[in-house]
Amino acid sequence: MLSFIVRRLLQTLPIILAVAALIFLMFSVIPGTFASSMSDDGRSVLDAEVMARMNKEFGLEDPVYVRFGKYIAQLATFDLGTSFRSRQPVADVIAERLWPTAQLALASMLFAIAVGVPLGFIAALRPGSWIDTFSMVGAVSGLSLPKFWLGLMLMYLFALVLGWLPSFGYGGGSLRYLILPSIALGVAPLALLARTTRAAVLEIMNADFVRTARSKGMSESKVVRWHLTRNALVIILTTIGLQFGTVIGQAVVIEKLFSWPGLGSLLVDSVTLRDIPVVQGSILVIVLLFLLINMLVDVLCAIIDPRIKYT
Amino acid sequence: MLKTFVITTALALTMSASAYAQTPRQGGTIRFTAPYGSSFANLDIHTSNRAQDEIWAKAIHRALYNWDSKANKPVLELAKEVTVSSDGLVHTFKLRDDAYFHHGRKMTADDVIWSFTRLMDGAKAYPGARYVRIIKGAVEVEKGQAKEISGLKKIDDFTIEMTLTEKVDPGFNFYQSMTSIYPADEASKDTFLTKPIGLGPFKFVEYVPGSRLVAQRWEKFYLPGKPHADRVSISIMGEASARDVAFRNKEVDASILGPTQYVAYKADPELSKGLLEVAEVYTRNMGMNPNFKPFSDKRVRQAINYAIDADLIIKRLVKDKAYRATSWLPTSSPAYDKDMKPYPYDPEKAKQLLAEAGYAEGFEFEWTATSNESWGIPIVEAVIPMLEKVGIKVKIKPVEGTVLSELTSKGDYQAYIWSNTSGPDPLTALKCFHSATPQSACNYTQFKNAEFDKLLDEAAASDDQTKRLENLKKANAILREEAPMWWFNYNKAVMAYQPWIKGLQPNATELAIQNYEDIWVEASSPAAK
Repeated sequence: MLSFIVRRLLQTLPIILAVAALIFLMFSVIPGTFASSMSDDGRSVLDAEVMARMNKEFGLEDPVYVRFGKYIAQLATFDLGTSFRSRQPVADVIAERLWPTAQLALASMLFAIAVGVPLGFIAALRPGSWIDTFSMVGAVSGLSLPKFWLGLMLMYLFALVLGWLPSFGYGGGSLRYLILPSIALGVAPLALLARTTRAAVLEIMNADFVRTARSKGMSESKVVRWHLTRNALVIILTTIGLQFGTVIGQAVVIEKLFSWPGLGSLLVDSVTLRDIPVVQGSILVIVLLFLLINMLVDVLCAIIDPRIKYT
Repeated sequence: MLKTFVITTALALTMSASAYAQTPRQGGTIRFTAPYGSSFANLDIHTSNRAQDEIWAKAIHRALYNWDSKANKPVLELAKEVTVSSDGLVHTFKLRDDAYFHHGRKMTADDVIWSFTRLMDGAKAYPGARYVRIIKGAVEVEKGQAKEISGLKKIDDFTIEMTLTEKVDPGFNFYQSMTSIYPADEASKDTFLTKPIGLGPFKFVEYVPGSRLVAQRWEKFYLPGKPHADRVSISIMGEASARDVAFRNKEVDASILGPTQYVAYKADPELSKGLLEVAEVYTRNMGMNPNFKPFSDKRVRQAINYAIDADLIIKRLVKDKAYRATSWLPTSSPAYDKDMKPYPYDPEKAKQLLAEAGYAEGFEFEWTATSNESWGIPIVEAVIPMLEKVGIKVKIKPVEGTVLSELTSKGDYQAYIWSNTSGPDPLTALKCFHSATPQSACNYTQFKNAEFDKLLDEAAASDDQTKRLENLKKANAILREEAPMWWFNYNKAVMAYQPWIKGLQPNATELAIQNYEDIWVEASSPAAK
């Protein structure tokens, strides 16, 4: 097991390097600099001398290969650089945004798992019933609803019409503030989990070992517990792992809408303002999180299903 | 007799109630919004020139001057009086001796000198350097040739002598928060970036990046009885629709409106009662590059102005949230000529001018634009059929704001559409068209006109305010005639406010920027306590 984890961790290194190189190259090619972003509102003109000095201060006048070399050398010492905009270390800037995003992602995935998985199970155990039809129509709708629109509708309903919850803000991450953004973000993974669970359970239900168990007189509750759940769990866990990464990536829209102080809104602002060190750092952290979660899922799958080998 | 007594008493009670209603209430929280993005740059306002950052900075910091929205001009803030030498270059400021920083120390002349010297640090690129550069010797500090600004002299702890390089009103240079006065001792520490200390009416409490900033009343603020509120909470809300829900849900006290919301709020009998409208100093325009052959001809540029029905676009697309532009200077500018007429919509005249310029068959150009709803691609799309009527074809080049700013300052465009600041100082605003101003500064259309330059130079040198304004009006008229731009509109900024919020100011430089010390919260506010 340990060697598997170490091997997987080592495998992430080339991925991280490739992502770092890709982001670096992308931002070297696209037009616009942090200095030019400071005049983009047309309000205050930044004169050429200040712009030139700004580019020099941030090392943007160096050739691309020099900047890339410096960047990789920094990364090797776990230094993500300094934000052009806040003039603080990128690691500090990301650190203060990471927990709110993690809170949001965890809450939305918890919501998705708590509702989506049982829904998928029930639908699969009663195929063709009204609950199956209802849950699958709901799942398709959930997948196709734009998050921005859904978030707004939730705001209108629960904040403006019913007055139960605040429409925006962080509130120190308290539950009252967390509910609406996590539902808005969790509906799509919920729908996907419900569909995946249903499909997985239906497939396993027709497997030889389930038929054998039933013919040997095993009770239906035991069949569900021992065979269906355990076997479906591998597929469900894999989906959860993949969805976790997607949720972190998609949090951008929800964070901006609900004024949630997460990594997503930081990333969007940093791209717009060409705060390249923060963009690079944020994307690297998101990729790293995605890889770690999926590694964790692989380990869990192998524990649940001994047929899976640590290779 | 009794009847008279009752009427008199009722009248007196009504009058006293009305007077009471106008008396600023102390206490409560002002719940403001910062609508231009999803975060603040950082908590060092010297590093940012963005309106979004000035929104929080006005609570915590103060500069030598401040913007007086009612008088529509800069007024002394951290100085009690200023005397100016006969040549207009030496300004002697008597500083306030009652201004305390939030850590309890009194502001002195040393803090002013330290702050301006910091802004001129050549190794850092502080945007405020642009404004401090008018002080004699500031450029030398910027270039590393001197350590001190020679034009800044401390006479005593509360007196400063400032020598300028040109005869300008320094108020226009030193009213924005990016030239705020910092405490010399504290501002050099690293903690200053996360816990700012200023001279403003509110003291920093908390900042949740990407969400909100909270500040509480500074008891030693120099204006007696101010601030009225106990706290100010500024929520970062870049999404207009989210602001709309929060405002309707009474979670925020004020919200800047876009064109769509403006229509909805105006139509609502309740919401329409709380709308603050102001003609801001922004001119929306289409700049034409004179290096693109057709636009080098004045007649073609004028033809563009005749060919577009700007009134129709303002009415239908901008939903009347704008004022028709006549030239560069906006309606709130002291040098705005009320008698000047905009180019009328006259496609026939446009065709005639194009024919005279040798473009009877028209031509095609590339129009660089962002996605902005009020001065971007939606406007360009409305203009395209109008230009097609006179034979001009348009190809849209969509870009982001950051790229637009880079392309225009390099001249890498054929035409662009943008919203640019055109005030508050008319002289500074018009200098963007002086031939000595480089394209990279703000002369994006590389405008050159000897008569215009002369009028501006004379205005700058003149002590006679009337003559100065006359010159600026004439220069603005030359711009209209020469048409380096299509004059589209001046922004009408609209702020929706709750009935319990009082003391908001019609700030023409940027409505979202308010002096919070003048605002108070009535008892009916959900955040009155």
